[in-house]
Amino acid sequence: MATTTAPTPKVNRLGLPAIDYRGSKTTLCAGCGHNAISERIIDAFYEMGVKSERVIKLSGIGCSSKSPAYFLSRSHGFNSVHGRMPSVATGALLANKTVQAIGVSGDGDTASIGMGQFAHLMRRNLPLIYIIEDNGVYGLTKGQFSATADLGSKLKTGVINDLPPIDTCALAIQLGATFVGRSFSGDKKQLTAMLKAAVAHKGTVMLDVISPCVTFNDHEGSTKSYKYMQEHEEAISEAGFVPFFEDIAIDYDAGTTYDVTMHDGSHLHLRKLHDSYNPTDRVAAVKALMEAHDRNEVLTGVFYIDTEKPNFTDLLNLADEPLATLPQERTRPSKEVLAEIMSKLA
Amino acid sequence: MATGHVALDSTGVEAGEPVSNSTEEPYEAARRPVINDFSIQVATVNGSGSQSANIILLRSIFGMGIPVSGKNLFPSNIAGLPTWYTIRASKQGYVARKEEIDVLVALNAETAKEDILALPAGSVAIYEEAANLKQYRNDVICYPVPFDKLTAAACPEAKLRKLVKNMIYVGVVAKLISLDLNVVEAAVRRQFAKKQKAADLNWAAIQAGYDYATQSITKQDPFALERMHATDGKIIIDGNAAAALGALFAGVTVVTWYPITPSSSVVEQLIGYLKKYRVEPDGKASFAVVQAEDELAAVGMVLGAGWAGARSMTATSGPGISLMAEFVGLGYFTELPGVIFDIQRVGPSTGLPTRTSQGDILSVATLSHGDTKHVMLLPASVKECFEFAGAAFDLTERLQTPIFVLSDLDLGMNNWMSEPFEYPEKPLDRGKVLTAEDLKRLGGFARYKDVDGDGIPYRTLPGTDHPLAAYFVRGSGHNERAVYTEKPDDYQNLMERLNRKFETARTLVPAPVVVQTGKSKIGLIAYGTSDFAVTESRDQMKKEYGVETDYLRIRAFPFTREVHEFVASHERVYVIEQNRDAQMLSLLKLDLPAAEAVKLRSIRHFNGLPIDARSVTNALVIEENL
Repeated sequence: MATTTAPTPKVNRLGLPAIDYRGSKTTLCAGCGHNAISERIIDAFYEMGVKSERVIKLSGIGCSSKSPAYFLSRSHGFNSVHGRMPSVATGALLANKTVQAIGVSGDGDTASIGMGQFAHLMRRNLPLIYIIEDNGVYGLTKGQFSATADLGSKLKTGVINDLPPIDTCALAIQLGATFVGRSFSGDKKQLTAMLKAAVAHKGTVMLDVISPCVTFNDHEGSTKSYKYMQEHEEAISEAGFVPFFEDIAIDYDAGTTYDVTMHDGSHLHLRKLHDSYNPTDRVAAVKALMEAHDRNEVLTGVFYIDTEKPNFTDLLNLADEPLATLPQERTRPSKEVLAEIMSKLA
Repeated sequence: MATGHVALDSTGVEAGEPVSNSTEEPYEAARRPVINDFSIQVATVNGSGSQSANIILLRSIFGMGIPVSGKNLFPSNIAGLPTWYTIRASKQGYVARKEEIDVLVALNAETAKEDILALPAGSVAIYEEAANLKQYRNDVICYPVPFDKLTAAACPEAKLRKLVKNMIYVGVVAKLISLDLNVVEAAVRRQFAKKQKAADLNWAAIQAGYDYATQSITKQDPFALERMHATDGKIIIDGNAAAALGALFAGVTVVTWYPITPSSSVVEQLIGYLKKYRVEPDGKASFAVVQAEDELAAVGMVLGAGWAGARSMTATSGPGISLMAEFVGLGYFTELPGVIFDIQRVGPSTGLPTRTSQGDILSVATLSHGDTKHVMLLPASVKECFEFAGAAFDLTERLQTPIFVLSDLDLGMNNWMSEPFEYPEKPLDRGKVLTAEDLKRLGGFARYKDVDGDGIPYRTLPGTDHPLAAYFVRGSGHNERAVYTEKPDDYQNLMERLNRKFETARTLVPAPVVVQTGKSKIGLIAYGTSDFAVTESRDQMKKEYGVETDYLRIRAFPFTREVHEFVASHERVYVIEQNRDAQMLSLLKLDLPAAEAVKLRSIRHFNGLPIDARSVTNALVIEENL
């Protein structure tokens, strides 16, 4: 007699199904690159077996910044003010350095109104995954250029952009970020590998993800369209990721592949696609970005990684437990301390 | 310091014109002595190191048991511009600024003429002999002193002379006003506690000044000190240090800031205390301090930390408050804790950045766009800076809204006598926070639901290990479950609940201090540092005009019941404050019934100097037709 058993749902190392990592239903346009990025974030956190309750997700303002509502519904979320998510994330991580933090921003939210906070976030190497969902336009206000729009790119209305773009990756490298890369919302394999490595990294991860705006910037003459990306994406390296909990030996050629050991013991394998590629050399990374611009290529891949530099909470030498919930005995000095201070002031 | 009109009013001498050569002495040497009731002003150049000398004088008078206060009137400058330090000894314990100067030490050649012209008749001027200030006034007692010569003799090292010269005047003044030299030496040793050589050098200079005065000056003025015991057991501290201590003992854990005068010393002094008292046995810190890139980031960090459950704070002044406006609205609307100290200075814009004001009352009360209102605490003493800092952290976590503590430059940066601060015995109030265990028991929660009827909902902290703990903070419309909504009812319900919460705040904030006889028809209302002048003015009104006044000192916004009762029980109520636009009066008008609001009258002082009693009294006399 044949017996039937219910199929076991696929679960991650915590025994959780992928559905537990989903968020609420997206309200962004159908086909928006941001939705694909949300999917990849769900994949990465599911596959890495991160406990959602231990994650905080933050954003600024804009289409991009709506997306934290669409992944990890069991994580505390914070949709803050325009361009100033980094400060909120900084405060939250000082209060509780034990949580994993992911922030989603956009090109307007980062490269214009948020430039100041972006710069200082990179400098501090706060342990935060910072994703720019980069489409070159302001979507919620209906299609004005942002500061990452390429010179000469064209709006739907025919307006030509006459200012040079800000390369957030080159900037992040110069400012001190310790994990900098660019990807494309349509590149599932590359983006997922980079996001999983980002989860394993303990400093600022800055990922600029080209994410076409199907409504306002996906036309002929746009340099942030699906078509343009298909034609102009140029990967500088290929990323492979082996998490610490998977005992897999990967054969790689040490002559063509960089093996980066992450803080948690995971390995990021970066296979060279360009001869001059060296993800530990800031100058080489920025040079490659500049040269790619000149060739009208959109360079993708992990450009720079440094797993040694102390992050901001290490630098501040914070107590091991979250500052937020330290008991009063550890935060209010004793009566004798006040008496001592008072006697010195008498 | 010369304050324009005062110079002419008090002397009648046209500025700039030397007085005709008169041999007459307009004062009598045998005037009745004035004991423990006069003010000394030291005019120097910013960056000349006179601060130590002035503190030694202040400490010495304090050490003789005489109530004393000191005010530093300094320019927005590192070195080279004029600065004045005023010390007031007052046996009655008055600590407000006194407009009239009794003893001037004019050591700034650039302002010396202006300074002596500003003196009232019968006062004293001590100055560098070569300046020959006597030519400008024959109604001021002049003590020319060869400061440069004495300094050169006391200090062989030329490069130290600029500093040592200050100690010469301490010595001269000490002799003239009968300071006890033992007390002065103790103050010197205290000031240079870690620098034996400097202490010796300075002490020698003081003695040189003292000896010179003993041998070469014939005292002709009436100003002198006599030992009292009014400062026994008291401390001296500035308001910013007191606020820092308040935060320390409130268990602050996240401190963010952007340097701005006059608030910087709140955080600078707090850093000192934290490093000393809050490093754990394993060497790790139970605190984080971040010097942010600007005030926008500073307050963003405060709110992020508050969201995540920390006791977080920042300190700033007017321009920083303006920059924080957007974030503070988010904090109000999404109900996040955080403490913001506003050490007020003179605005708008850069204004007079090193002068004092109470000019941020209205802008802070409603800071941000949309319907916002904020709880403000208004300390009027260093003790209240300490206590209200503690109260602010409890209130912000209890009410889940940003709390402002509004001090000012006068309170924050000057030294004040005080009773020692009392240890806060009440445990920290961490507010309505649900843990994973609570959620297990309750089976979930709705972040913005008014469960208890006080308008204050329950919250969870990020990282709480329960599948139902998470909620989404958003500045856009949200319902009780923190879900995005644009429904009219949801928005209106939320705003009305926030109003109920504000009504709850009314019952939790510090109540006013009321001094009421029950007989007077005149009520005075003041807050913060205006208190010192009003207290003294009430005595003047009684003594000089036989007029009794009642007094209510506001200590917080929203106003408590007592404020309404006070206005209701008086015919005329004067609101005394240090801004141009009668800001507190405007707030009161919004809060009071129309029939009560018409009783309010305004007395304002806004020239950048701390308000003084005589200004209040003069205004009251005019208003009351006395």
